[in-house]
Amino acid sequence: MDHFPTSWGRPRNDAIDAYGTYPIAQRPYNGPKDAFSEGVQHTQQPIVTGTSVLAIKFKDGVMMAADNLASYGSLARFKDVQRLYPVGTHTVIGAGGDMSDFQYIQSMLDELMIDEFCAQDGHTLGPAEIHEYLAQVMYARRSKMNPLWNALLVGGVKDGKSFLAFVDLLGTTYTASTLATGYGAHIAQPLLRSAVETHEHELTEAQARQIIDDSMKVLFYRDARSINKYQVATITAAGSSISDSITLETTWDFAEGIRGYGAQTE
Amino acid sequence: MAFNNAGFDFSNTSRNAFLSEKGLPLPKATSTGTTIVGCLFKDGIVLGADTRATEGPIVADKNCEKIHYITENIRCCGAGTAADTEFTTAMISSNMELHGLSSGRKPRVVTAMTMLKQYLFRYQGQVGAALVLGGVDASGPHLFTIHPHGSTDKLPYVTMGSGSLAAMAVFERGWRAGMTREEALQLVTAAISAGIFNDLGSGSNVDACVITAQGTEELRNFVKPNERVQKERSYTFRRGTTAWKTENIRDLIVSESVKMVGGDEMDTS
Amino acid sequence: MPGAPSQRQFNPYSENGGTILAIAGQDFSVIAGDTRQSEGYSIQTRYAPKVFRLTDRAVLAVNGFAADGNMFVKNVKQRLEWYRHAHAKDMPLRAIARLIQTMLYARRFFPYYVNNILGGIEEDGTGAVYSFDPVGSYEREACRAAGAASSLVQPFLDNQIYYKNQLAATGTAHPAHLPLPSVLAIVIDSFTSATERHIEVGDGLEIFVVLARGRSLQGLEGVKGMSELTTTDDGERVFVVRRELKKD
Repeated sequence: MDHFPTSWGRPRNDAIDAYGTYPIAQRPYNGPKDAFSEGVQHTQQPIVTGTSVLAIKFKDGVMMAADNLASYGSLARFKDVQRLYPVGTHTVIGAGGDMSDFQYIQSMLDELMIDEFCAQDGHTLGPAEIHEYLAQVMYARRSKMNPLWNALLVGGVKDGKSFLAFVDLLGTTYTASTLATGYGAHIAQPLLRSAVETHEHELTEAQARQIIDDSMKVLFYRDARSINKYQVATITAAGSSISDSITLETTWDFAEGIRGYGAQTE
Repeated sequence: MAFNNAGFDFSNTSRNAFLSEKGLPLPKATSTGTTIVGCLFKDGIVLGADTRATEGPIVADKNCEKIHYITENIRCCGAGTAADTEFTTAMISSNMELHGLSSGRKPRVVTAMTMLKQYLFRYQGQVGAALVLGGVDASGPHLFTIHPHGSTDKLPYVTMGSGSLAAMAVFERGWRAGMTREEALQLVTAAISAGIFNDLGSGSNVDACVITAQGTEELRNFVKPNERVQKERSYTFRRGTTAWKTENIRDLIVSESVKMVGGDEMDTS
Repeated sequence: MPGAPSQRQFNPYSENGGTILAIAGQDFSVIAGDTRQSEGYSIQTRYAPKVFRLTDRAVLAVNGFAADGNMFVKNVKQRLEWYRHAHAKDMPLRAIARLIQTMLYARRFFPYYVNNILGGIEEDGTGAVYSFDPVGSYEREACRAAGAASSLVQPFLDNQIYYKNQLAATGTAHPAHLPLPSVLAIVIDSFTSATERHIEVGDGLEIFVVLARGRSLQGLEGVKGMSELTTTDDGERVFVVRRELKKD
């Protein structure tokens, strides 16, 4: 019981509240206080953000791509950011969304891999295990109403099996032979599906690369938060490799023929 | 007498907002979730559309027509509120016909575009029509998009509707200047198919329309990639399945006698 | 107040479309779901299972918010494993149903945003279906549809399974239970029809069939796309039938 008399409320005052419409006395809280509760901030919106990540399966493994831009709202703030990150030898994760949350995820995964290494039990974490770990972390954080504001792709090869899966800030997960986050899900995914679906076991690495390059170019043409500089990760049984940054060749000569937006001809 | 401001009256907007706040929302209109596209090629324009109409998550029409007639050499694809696209295009079609009759010339695509944008701008986006307008006239082939607020774009390839991103991706990858009729039709089909299979608001069949200086070719249900499979069971009901409480049989044949007055021959003189 | 910073609240829920249904027979149970997972107008994947084998006599279908659904199934499976370790047998169906109720109600004020349908075989050998609301209210029924197209499918099942609005021919009565081939046909037609008229339903169909102990395969022979998932050889048997649905 709260023994502090002013917490018990007070009689209704006819002068102020003739009809007793005021809510039952708002009691001051006299319990223990967290002096820092005001200072605790949950990520309510992403700040420095990355856009789409694309990934497809092919004959020998998984290929993933993301551009090098980290935006600050509509400002192209950082233009040399790597959004693909290798975890162990046979897994790569790619992230869209908040880049600070992504860097935190990287440090979490580093710690996880070190812990697993120190166990020296003959087990290593493959892409499926990394994905499961991330799914649990992301779901737990959303359940605390303090999400890690990312959409992540996890790709890799282990024991001769390729793996490709998605997880986002809600803890939603799914797998498919082609995946894309952010605007890529609307723009690139249709291209990836028509090129990959049903023949992911026949596509060569060169073909897969062509599909990825085409899709990254289309994304640069149509996603206003993208940049013409990206990296491609290839994961096969031989291990993972992330390319140096590639600059896109684009053509804008069709623009020469356009005059105005309506009746104009000159 | 009430003060009547010059210009367009939007007082019903606040009335409708008040009513929906009080729990009487406006009736939900059928929207054509839609993928619609247009593409310029060597000799003219190819327009394309899917054929799904939706009411929220429910498919209202599995094979609706979204390529509307404007004049013999102009067509218009509509996305957005189905009624708005149908009425707007029908009205502009009428006005284009009258315009052609009074001027004695074949009306141009820019004329339809200007009429549409001025009409839509007047309604400040309340008429929810997102259009792809294409045609060939005396000055050559023309392709426009018209947004619900009245802005327009003039581009060699355009897409609209909820499947516009999927369709535009296909165009960005595959479009080239000076394509042949077959290449353009193939590309439009691929763009609409991207919408049909990747956008839940689009579905069913591909409609296409090829417009050249020689004439207009309507390719209704050009591709049908989504035919329904045979049902496992037959659902005809046995006679007498529906219960009734009372039975009342009435004779609908009324007997009447006709009495001829005067001659029975018709006067044909 | 103009100029005041607006705070957008994080929404921990989403809806991922799809539909599930289950029908109980005399000595079998059929539990089915489509495999499309969507958000808004986008298809996230064409193959995400919504129906899960829990034991050789229990199958759980989960529909709603996919992240909650998968986490819920994971937890149920863990509780069933613990039960197996403690009692050296699989948990009976009615006990699983009660377990699911308590697990759902435990999250009464931050619910799992899912509709569950549990199907399988009771200890007395009868086919059973239990359906749950998101916070744990449940009931044993002969059939139930849930999810995005439930309002399309449930009236169809009411008519075809419960014979609602159908008068039996004079001197006859409607059967209490349908044979397995009829049930499979009704399930397939439910999903092909839902695919026609609901945008969030399609891509693939998974139909789980649980047969009572000792029941013959009668009604399952020659069914295309079927495979067996049973783990023991003297108990109930579980099968899955996979079919394609339209992809638009």
